[in-house]
Amino acid sequence: MSDITKLTLSELVKNIKDKKLSSEEVTKAFIDRSEKSKELNTYITEDYSSALEKSKKFDQKPNLDLKLPGIPIAVKDLFCTKDIRTTAGSKILDNFIPSYESTVTQNIWNEGAILLGKLNCDEFAMGSSNETSFFGNVQNPIDKNLVPGGSSGGSASAVAGQLTPITIGTDTGGSIRQPASFTGTVGLKPTYGSCSRYGIVAFASSLDQAGPMAQNVKDCALLHEVISTYDPKDSTSIDFKRNEYSKELTNNIKGTKIGIPKEYRVDGMPKEIEELWQKGIQYAKDCGAEIVDISLPHTSYALPSYYIVAPAEASSNLARYDGVKYGFRAKGENLIDMYEKTRSEGFGAEVQRRIMIGTYVLSSGYYDAYYLKAQKVRKLIKNDFDDAYKKVDAILTPSTPSSAFKIGEKKDDPVSMYLNDIFTVPVNLAGLPGISIPAGHDSKGYPLGLQIIGKAFDEQNILNIAFAMEEKINFKNKITDWWIK
Amino acid sequence: MDKVSKKNLEYLINRKDNQYEVIIGLEVHAQVLSESKLFSTSATKFGAEPNTQVSLVDAAFPGMLPVINEFCVKQAIKTGIGLNAEINKRSVFDRKNYFYADLPQGYQISQFKDPIVGEGKVILDMPDGQKEVGIERLHLEQDAGKSIHDLDPQNTFVDLNRSGVALMEIVSKPDLRSPDEVSAYIKKLRSIMRYLGTCDGNMQEGSLRADVNVSVRTKGSKELGTRCEIKNVNSIKFMQMAIEYEANRQVDLIEEGKSIDQETRLFDTKKNETRSMRSKEDAHDYRYFPDPDLLPLEVSDEFINNLKNDIPELPDDKKKRFIDEFKLSPYEATILVSDIDTAKYFEEVVAKMGKNKDMKLAVNWITGELFAVLNNKNLEISQSPVSAKNLAILVNLIKNGTISGKIAKTVFELMLDGDKDPQKIVEEKGLKQQSDPKAIETLIDKIINDNREKAIEYKQGKEKLFGFFVGQAMKVSGGKANPQLINEILKKKLQ
Repeated sequence: MSDITKLTLSELVKNIKDKKLSSEEVTKAFIDRSEKSKELNTYITEDYSSALEKSKKFDQKPNLDLKLPGIPIAVKDLFCTKDIRTTAGSKILDNFIPSYESTVTQNIWNEGAILLGKLNCDEFAMGSSNETSFFGNVQNPIDKNLVPGGSSGGSASAVAGQLTPITIGTDTGGSIRQPASFTGTVGLKPTYGSCSRYGIVAFASSLDQAGPMAQNVKDCALLHEVISTYDPKDSTSIDFKRNEYSKELTNNIKGTKIGIPKEYRVDGMPKEIEELWQKGIQYAKDCGAEIVDISLPHTSYALPSYYIVAPAEASSNLARYDGVKYGFRAKGENLIDMYEKTRSEGFGAEVQRRIMIGTYVLSSGYYDAYYLKAQKVRKLIKNDFDDAYKKVDAILTPSTPSSAFKIGEKKDDPVSMYLNDIFTVPVNLAGLPGISIPAGHDSKGYPLGLQIIGKAFDEQNILNIAFAMEEKINFKNKITDWWIK
Repeated sequence: MDKVSKKNLEYLINRKDNQYEVIIGLEVHAQVLSESKLFSTSATKFGAEPNTQVSLVDAAFPGMLPVINEFCVKQAIKTGIGLNAEINKRSVFDRKNYFYADLPQGYQISQFKDPIVGEGKVILDMPDGQKEVGIERLHLEQDAGKSIHDLDPQNTFVDLNRSGVALMEIVSKPDLRSPDEVSAYIKKLRSIMRYLGTCDGNMQEGSLRADVNVSVRTKGSKELGTRCEIKNVNSIKFMQMAIEYEANRQVDLIEEGKSIDQETRLFDTKKNETRSMRSKEDAHDYRYFPDPDLLPLEVSDEFINNLKNDIPELPDDKKKRFIDEFKLSPYEATILVSDIDTAKYFEEVVAKMGKNKDMKLAVNWITGELFAVLNNKNLEISQSPVSAKNLAILVNLIKNGTISGKIAKTVFELMLDGDKDPQKIVEEKGLKQQSDPKAIETLIDKIINDNREKAIEYKQGKEKLFGFFVGQAMKVSGGKANPQLINEILKKKLQ
């Protein structure tokens, strides 16, 4: 079978279960395509030979009851993987090899999946274009010199480019949904507390969530079912009854009330985005949903609040990278000198910027004006959603205010870069689940995504809405394999 | 040296025209007695090989997360109950951010705005009466690791065994007024925590150490002076020395018309002086904020009440009971309850003495002979060479007249070697007291007969000679004759 990599996850699983394909064949196909796709720069660390070995081992004694039987998967390089280098896209962890496995990746291996390698991302997940990675830009398979979004840019690019059937990313302010939108793929940010943060290199602890990325909603639901578990090793993990999301998936959303928040109609939003949104509303109606106008009055304060809270937590979370215990260490005259040189050379400019912002907003004298106020705003944003959910079951918005942009286009304009997250950030601040599905193309032929935001722990509902709309939208990603010579 | 007036037991520093009062507040760091750390499952044993009790969490590896140790929470609440303090049903863990090589996370997890325990109080027994010291708060926090600078000329070594060990920081109000009160306060805290089993109070191993805040003011003034904080003092003696030095230093500055800088100081135990470590301007900005890896700590009334039911009798209550039930003097009771092991020993002696017990005698033997031996041999009472059971038997032997107090001392000496049963010693060595009046009468008749001249002299008024006859009787009986009977019979015979 020459086009194994074009198969969806569900198709691959079915083929392996029906013994029409072996794990080795599948693994080899994705490795071959990955080898031919070096120009995309999706991988930071490849683990191909070990993956092949594991696939052969799987085929010798295949356990076909598993949910991901012998399926090769590449994952974002923010997840710690035992004995496999984990860099978080940073020079400071360039040589770091964990002796432990993150809970989320462990869940995947427990269901029979095989690690292909570690995917590129923005340094410490700080970025919206994958341009802050120490390991270089990632190319969007949609077009040459186009960013794949970020921070899970390598993950989005690898799924869109069919280098991995599915993947996992992390989402602190939009890092799954925005790259999914930029690459014409599906990405889910689960409710905060749904997936364990154990073993994920931390960016902003109160916002970080791991989530699935896939070519379609069904695959996304299956992977979410695998990765979402209660974990006592993460004190913020929540012990609630989790659905069998893929089994319970339905396109029957008749009578579901979907809210349209007027505050998401931001100034300067391209016409194409507005049109996409209107189309989305029509699709939802066509699926039998009821559309309700709602208000989320504090939306405009979300982005500034996010850019206080996230850097504040990051400035503290990244203090451990000091050259003392592991990772990169620069030579210094004394302890302080070593700290300064290690952190100046080990962290990139964007990470340093956020550490400085975070340190500033937590400083005595500024704490109340910035950090404390941002936390209060966060509460108001959450209240907005709570009020809205008294009237509706889910909320529909665009995923991003624009389609993918060119590499380098916004690199020197952090504020314009930060604005990418304007529709995704409120969801993280409120701890809610949100999914981005591809819904159309702009005039350049670049994909555009719609975001469906759900109630806390109501992933099943937004997956169902996404599943129903996906059918109506009938989106086809335009992948020309331009990078394969 | 400067004069210290102790009139009315008040601790004042005197200068030509002024008298100064010393105001002291303590921040005590007490290591929680727990087999594992505050947020990880690593062991906490003292003296282990460096870096053998370190988990990925303690060493702050990427993606590692803290998980609260419920046992440590219980220990902190129990301590709060022991300090008669308010238990906060909701408390918050914050990050205290600073860089140091032995602080792997780059922050210490502590409690800043919302500690687990609020205001409480401790009663001190001072020579001039009781004194109440207010407790401001108690919070839980992680200990840091240890930097070792003297193993290599170029490098610093870091031992993370202590990193993440649970500490209780107990903050007193500025209620202490003298080095003696500080000593009594530390001893009382230590005693309460040892009764509760929440801290072993071992100062040599660093389980109990304190930051000492000292300020001075002219006597009668109501305002507090500028304070200096003396960091990390690890013995009561050093605390007292540091306070004495620091208070005098501050008084000297005032007398010279200079001002006192609010600063952090270190006590140099070799030079017996404090010196500046960092000034207020150099003080760290710790950028405290709630740790997003941990949810606020919430405990229910039921949880607290279950712990309350678990609280043993504490020193103050035990003392009251010893006075009421055993008719001890407050002084004796204070000595016996101050350390839980002493109290346990005493109570075991009481129990083993049975119905016909002599409490006074038991107390005297414990606080006299036994304490002397322990002191000599530098032993804790838990390591006593004489068990409570055998001491009780010895006291009973005296009480029922089997042996005299004097013989008892001989027996006690013999008991020290292998905790021997005093009853057996008395039997084997034939040390039983002669309490047969007839036999003693015969003995005395013989002595009087042998010393007729002295007997006449006595009868003529030389009463001092009575002691001579007693001595003779004891000598002839080999010390075994009942001294009371000797007295009675001698008096009769020499009339």
